[in-house]
This record gives sequence, structure tokens and C-alpha cells, in this order.
Amino acid sequence: MDIQQLQSICRQVRRNIITMTSKAGAGHPGGSLSATEAFVALYFDVMKGVDPQDDKNPTRDRFVLSKGHAAPGLYGTLCERGFFGREAFDKFRQYGGILQGHPDIKKCPGVDASTGSLGQGISIAVGMALGAKHTGNPCHVYTIIGDGESQEGLVWEASMAAAHYKLDNLTVIFDHNGMQIDGTNDEVMSLGDVGAKWRAFGYDVIEVADGNDMQQVLDALHAPACPGKPRLIHLHTLKGKGVSYMEGQVGWHGKAPNAEQAEAALKELEG
Amino acid sequence: MEKKAIRVAYGEAIVKLGEKNDKVVVLDADLAAATMTNGFKKAYPDRFYDCGIAEANMVDMAAGMSTMGLIPFCSTFAVFAGRSYDQIRNGVCYPNFNVKFGFSHAGITLGEDGGSHQAIEDIAIMRVLPNMTVFVPSDATECYKCVEAAAEIDGPVFIRTARLPSPVYEERPFTVGKGNVIKDGKDCVIFTCGIMLEHCLEAVQILADNGIDAALVSHHTLKPFDEELTREYAAKCGKVFTVEEHSIIGGLGDAVASSLCGMGLKHFEKIGINDEFGQSGKPADLLKAYGLTGAQIAERVMKA
Repeated sequence: MDIQQLQSICRQVRRNIITMTSKAGAGHPGGSLSATEAFVALYFDVMKGVDPQDDKNPTRDRFVLSKGHAAPGLYGTLCERGFFGREAFDKFRQYGGILQGHPDIKKCPGVDASTGSLGQGISIAVGMALGAKHTGNPCHVYTIIGDGESQEGLVWEASMAAAHYKLDNLTVIFDHNGMQIDGTNDEVMSLGDVGAKWRAFGYDVIEVADGNDMQQVLDALHAPACPGKPRLIHLHTLKGKGVSYMEGQVGWHGKAPNAEQAEAALKELEG
Repeated sequence: MEKKAIRVAYGEAIVKLGEKNDKVVVLDADLAAATMTNGFKKAYPDRFYDCGIAEANMVDMAAGMSTMGLIPFCSTFAVFAGRSYDQIRNGVCYPNFNVKFGFSHAGITLGEDGGSHQAIEDIAIMRVLPNMTVFVPSDATECYKCVEAAAEIDGPVFIRTARLPSPVYEERPFTVGKGNVIKDGKDCVIFTCGIMLEHCLEAVQILADNGIDAALVSHHTLKPFDEELTREYAAKCGKVFTVEEHSIIGGLGDAVASSLCGMGLKHFEKIGINDEFGQSGKPADLLKAYGLTGAQIAERVMKA
């Protein structure tokens, strides 16, 4: 698939994010839009063995959305990949729907772990990568964590283990949009030198200057593994990317657009 | 009578299980010498994972490993069930992953380490989690069976074990979710679990010497709970006592109480830790300080 096609899918995933959060009147568009290129790159180009007809294929690459609140981004991508139809968006966050407020492995096809309690996804991903090594499973494990999420101590417990067990079959994608619920990272709890911290924990770190540039994201995800080391891909992204009135706005972390705002956003995302 | 710590039995049982089932892996958080998983570590070093002093990560790592078809058994002290609770809840129970928890050093008989390390709430917080099975074996033999049963259950299982050597009884029938009648009786019934069985047997003997024919029922499974047997013996005996080395809130006492709701019993009394923390001391002294010796249990029954 060429880059134009992938970019086109990103636009559709962004439309899905707007559609489902607007319909639900709730959800987290900001951090879903910032990670859209990462979702699409993973599910349409990078991950091996992704098959909507066989979503339990044991050797498929795994994906854990550690920042589980970015579920609209994951659902929007899984839908385009063929795991379910767009009609599922009508019941996003609603009673009886497969698209729960946060990803639920028991309800949503294509989801590899139930997440939402921050810090846990990366820890589960570390266990998957270790389990894969133990059983000789050739799969690779990917997880996306949030910048604010890295304030959780569990992220660092998991990272110490990832390096200790030399999990070079693990890629952690750090969505650094710089914002969280109560303000910027620096206002809430400064993250310091992100790359240096992860390197100090034993990761091979790849910096991506523009994490919303598909080519840059692909280059990082396709970089050859560093034997014996887990990988961190540090994506510098824009919160709310693609919807001008949401871009760089803390307020759109966990707020849904109303009908009028949604219409404007969908218009902006045409083509 | 032969004595063996239930945690020692746990350590032996997982080695036996490891022999039969190569999917079994064991995780510990730098306490293998205390939780007794060091036997497994020695027997199957390539199936043992030390997680360092990071209990929360141990639980979620086990969750991830279970998705690769493995059957992880995690061990640490029972008091750290609280520390890793969010991981047990959301990482394991919510998706119903196949992870087992063999948590040791439960209750005040942990002794000298003191109240910071004496779990008196673990049964309560494990019982309340959907999908969780809760075992509290009363002796080594029962612990072997709990471990075997845990491996057969496709989902999370919590096994509470104790630090100190306790009597090993004659083998009893074991069915998950079924209590055992240790002694029949007609004047009152005592329900118990775990190592308090030893002290309840002493109490029942004292009561017999005083002309009181007490029934004694031991529950190795706290969830799913054998409500039928509990109701049968409560109805038959009228006066009901529960004895546990755990808070009287949320443990065996409350499992029995909710089974007996609406029965209009003559007497119901929960004996355990009375909503307070433990403290340092010799286990025998602590049992006495908290009113859990056989003589003290018998005294409360006779007063009722």
C-alpha cells in the first residue's frame, strides 16, 4: 500500500473518530487524533498476521493500546481494516455495544488486551513479549502509551523488566502530544528528557520529529530491531491533529464535538 | 501428628504440577525463598521468572504471558494483594485471563514482621472480584488439591497460604466449591477455613468435654461458596459461629452470613480479626491476643 493510500485511510479513521465521539456525546478525540498515523501504520503496513477472519491466529503480531482512552482511534482503524462495520459506531459507549468506553477483549473483535487503567497495557505487552519468547512464538508486540501515562510507576516497573528480559520483540510507541486532562505535561507533572529516560532504562530509542507524518512513522516502525533491546519510538505528535479547532487544545482531551462541530470537522477531513 | 506449612505444600505442589504440565510458569517478586517457589525455580529454571520487587508488574506480565497459552502462577505475600489489586482486577479478572495467585504469609500468624505485613483483608478483596475463584486450604494435603484444581480452572484463582507449620490431616474429599463436614454435631455449628481448623478442632473437643455437641465444617473454597451445606448445618444446629484468621468484614464470616440471610437463626457470631490491624509478636501470642485460640473459641461458644 502506498503512502497516499495510507494517508487516505488516516483521514477516514479521523472521520470515524469524530463520528463516533459525536454520536456518543463522549470519548477522547484529542489523543485518538494524535496517534492516528501510528494506528494506521501498524494495522495496514507493519503488523504481520492481522486477519479479521481469524483474529485469534496465535502467531499474529499483537497490539495493546496502553492509553486505552484513545479507543476511538483503535476502533476507527479496526473498522477500516474490516473487523466490524461502521454501524458499530452507533453504539460506541452505549449499552449492548461492542465498542466499550475502553477496549474490551471480550467484546470487540481484533482487540488483544483490555486496557484503560493507565500503565497496565505496557506491562501486559511486556508479558506478551516474554511469553512469546518463552513459547518460541515469532510474533512482535506493539503498544502505544500516552505521555501523561508515563507518570504511572508501573510503566517503569514494566520497562525495567523489558530490558532485563532483553525483549527485542517489543516496540513501545510513545505518543507525545504534550497534553493531558488537567493541562500540559509540564503543568501537571513534567516528563523531563523523555528519550534519555527510556535510554537509561535500556531501550533502543528512535526519535520521530513529526509523529503525524506517515513516512516518518513508517521509517521508525520498519527500522531493524536492535538485538537484545526493547524499542521505544518517541513520536512527537499534535493533540487533535487534523481538526483545526482541536489542534493543540487541552480541552479536547476528553470532550466530544457537538453536531455542528462534528460537521465542520468532517468537512475539514474530506478528500 | 505430622506438621507442614501450607506454603511449603504450595511450593511442592507447583513442582509436581510443572512435571505434568509444561505450560505452567512461575513468577515471583524476590520472595521465592519465602513463598517457597524456589523449589520450582530449582527444578525448572527456564520456566521461572523473577520479576524483582515489583508486584504490580508481575501480575500484568503474568496476564500477558497467559495470552500466549501459558499458565502463570504468581507468588508474593498475601498483603501485596492490595498493592497489585488494580492489576488483578483490570489486568486479569476483567478479561478473565488464566492467571493463578499463590499468596503466602497470610493473617496474623505471619508474626514478627508485624501489622504492615499481616494480610487481614485479602479474602475480602479477592472474593468481590468477578471471575475469581478463592481457595483457603486448611492443610498441606488440601493445598496440593487446590493447586491441581487451579490448573484445571480456565480463569483467575487465588490461593491463600500460611507461613507456619500446621497439622496435616487425613485426606478428605475435595470438590471445588464444596465444604467438608469435619465433625457432625447438633447443638451448634462452627464454620472455619484455613489454619483455624486446628484451633477449631481444639475448641470442639473442649465443648464436647463440657457436654456441647458442636458440628465443625471447613470451607476450602470461599468462592464459589457452598451455600447449600452452610444452610443445611445452620438449619440443623441453630446456633452458628464462624472462625477465620481474617477480618470479620468481608471474609468467611460474611460469606456464611449472606448464605444464611433470612433463616431466623437462634444465634450468629463471627470470630476473627475485629476490624483492626495486627502487630508484631510470636504467632501463638498473637492468636491469644486476638482471641483465636481453641480455648477462647470454645469460651465464646459456651457464652452464647
